[in-house]
Amino acid sequence: MGYLEFLQSYGPQFVDGAAITVAQMVLATALAISIALSAGMMLLSPNKFVSRPARVYVELLRGTSLLVQLYWIFFVLPLLGITLDKFFAGFIAVGMNLGAYGAEVVRGAILSVPKEQWEAAVALNMSPRTRMARIILPQAFLIMLPPCGNLLIELLKGTALVALISVTDLMFVAKQINGSTYLSAQAFGTALILYYILARFAITPTMRYLERVMARRVGRI
Amino acid sequence: MKIAENNPSKTPHQNRSESPMVRFENVSKRYGDLTVLDKLNLEVEEGETVSIIGPSGSGKTTVLRMLMTLEEIDEGVIYVDGSPLTHMVQGGQLVRADKRYLREMRKNIGMCFQQFNLFPHMTALQNCMEAPVHVLGLSKNEAQQRSEDLLEMVGMLDKRDELPIRLSGGQQQRVAIARALAMRPKVMLFDEVTSALDPEVIGEVTKVIRQLVSKHNLTMLMVTHQMGFAREISDRVCFFYNGRIEEQAAPDKLFEQPQKEPTQRFLNAVFEAG
Amino acid sequence: MFDWRWNFVLEILPRLLLATGYTLVAAGIGYLIAVFLGLIFLLAQRTPYWAVNKLVREWVEFIRSTPLVLQIFFIFFVGPQFGIRLSPWTSGMIAIGLHYASYLSEVYRGGLDSVPKGQWEAALALDLSIPRTYFRIIIPQALPPSIAGMGNYLVGIFKDTPMLSVIGVTELMHTANAIGAENYRFLEPYTMVGVIFLLISLPAAAMVKVLDGRVRTKAGVQK
Repeated sequence: MGYLEFLQSYGPQFVDGAAITVAQMVLATALAISIALSAGMMLLSPNKFVSRPARVYVELLRGTSLLVQLYWIFFVLPLLGITLDKFFAGFIAVGMNLGAYGAEVVRGAILSVPKEQWEAAVALNMSPRTRMARIILPQAFLIMLPPCGNLLIELLKGTALVALISVTDLMFVAKQINGSTYLSAQAFGTALILYYILARFAITPTMRYLERVMARRVGRI
Repeated sequence: MKIAENNPSKTPHQNRSESPMVRFENVSKRYGDLTVLDKLNLEVEEGETVSIIGPSGSGKTTVLRMLMTLEEIDEGVIYVDGSPLTHMVQGGQLVRADKRYLREMRKNIGMCFQQFNLFPHMTALQNCMEAPVHVLGLSKNEAQQRSEDLLEMVGMLDKRDELPIRLSGGQQQRVAIARALAMRPKVMLFDEVTSALDPEVIGEVTKVIRQLVSKHNLTMLMVTHQMGFAREISDRVCFFYNGRIEEQAAPDKLFEQPQKEPTQRFLNAVFEAG
Repeated sequence: MFDWRWNFVLEILPRLLLATGYTLVAAGIGYLIAVFLGLIFLLAQRTPYWAVNKLVREWVEFIRSTPLVLQIFFIFFVGPQFGIRLSPWTSGMIAIGLHYASYLSEVYRGGLDSVPKGQWEAALALDLSIPRTYFRIIIPQALPPSIAGMGNYLVGIFKDTPMLSVIGVTELMHTANAIGAENYRFLEPYTMVGVIFLLISLPAAAMVKVLDGRVRTKAGVQK
């Protein structure tokens, strides 16, 4: 069948799959952001009881692959008493993994804020909390945005792995259609194009817009 | 030691050939709407030292960069030692020079930059030897001999095996001068070579340039903010303003009796700042 | 519940270690393909033809922005659709090579862009030819900033090899799956896989940092 016919017959399934992918992405992102911010700040703490656990978490999650972590959460945790629904296991694994990378980005960004800013805040007698919230974080946020844009795309790509624990996302749909029709190029090709559209035409422009908005607010433009 | 390819005599202007060493003929350069150089006519005689001064944006650096073929000109022709530089003769006509022609002509011109631009992964000696070996085709020994002589002249022989990162700004600039001279160019260009240096090391670089002027018959164009130095060593000073030569004269005359108003304003401002 | 059996671990360890060997080979080959292909992707974006540059750029972005596992499936399954049978190994290597080539081309580009413009100008002032400028002046300076990226992606490829298990490549993850299915025990195999990954990737990442520092010093970028 021609490609247009293919799209007509299977289009709806692809859309459903894409919806699940977006859902996974949004939830994983929310989790990743929380982890990145808290772990990132913890990494910077002078208190070893705070920074060490954070460092262990980051190295553990970054040093093993997402797929291994996903399988571990879905197959091994039940043996230790924690059984998760596959949908949950999916975005939790992705969120935890990308959160670890995010923590490093947050830490790096905060450290990149020029030392003079810290000194000026101290000279004005600001409390550490005010200093962090009003002076450092807004500037760090701007520095963070470009690498975070890349991480978001990695997150999107990571959600594809949840298909391997049978979550019915875009990739799962593609696999299914391939299995029943053997039209591999169309099935996987369409999925690739949809992922590309999500990355290039949804994520990237949003990040660029955020960058412009933040730059204006922080006074860089 | 030979620096210039021809005319090892000490006195400038002695062996004047028929045509000037450098000639800008109605040269214009634009960046979009902005005219940086406006029908510039400039001649530099062989062995002459010309300083170019003026406010920023007046086009002074562009003059040097075009002579070094780092930038293309929009109108006019530049001649070096009688032959066209930016154009070539084809069938009795002047056409834009092609890459191969430019590469040949470029050998006659050497340039030193404000930021030195030494190759950071090569020692001082290697920096100097690189072009003579790979462009002029000298043997390693010849290139090494020439480079070491030049490094000695600029006072950097004992540092010949150091990487640039271990050298001070003044030292790096002196190596850069030796590197450019290793090609035995007919024309040497100095683009604000002391502007990036701490005041206390400016002297070591100007000392080297002074030596070049007094001992060798090199044709030199210098863009500089060091008025005192320019006055001391130049044969002629050109004041650039708004893309043209507003005024040019022998240094004493220009500095003491500037004729035009922009020149006077500029000189007043410069000497005000001390 | 929590019932870790050490003797089971010892039993399956040889098989896991053998599979680790395969994984390392797969990662190595994939990386070599990516290093060379990445260079081609980079050069193809710097041709004198604007249309070619733009096309290659979009292609590289496309590969970078879509999931590797999907690309692996694509290459493995699409071949037969057009009459070309690719083995799991071959499809896997091609997919990884392509995917990481696009990452590496960006690393190379960053390295090239980091060389100050003054270096190009100095080379021109000395009348060095274009090839010589690239080989003797620019690339030696573009390499040190690229080392960190190149090293990290090598570690990254190693960590991505489990994706090959989905098309049946007998690397570490696949072997762990098989062991788990055969013995109805997943705790030890999966945990050991995690441990093995950590034992290889963490020291490797540390070595990349050390190498990065050494190369920078030798290139005269830092004392």
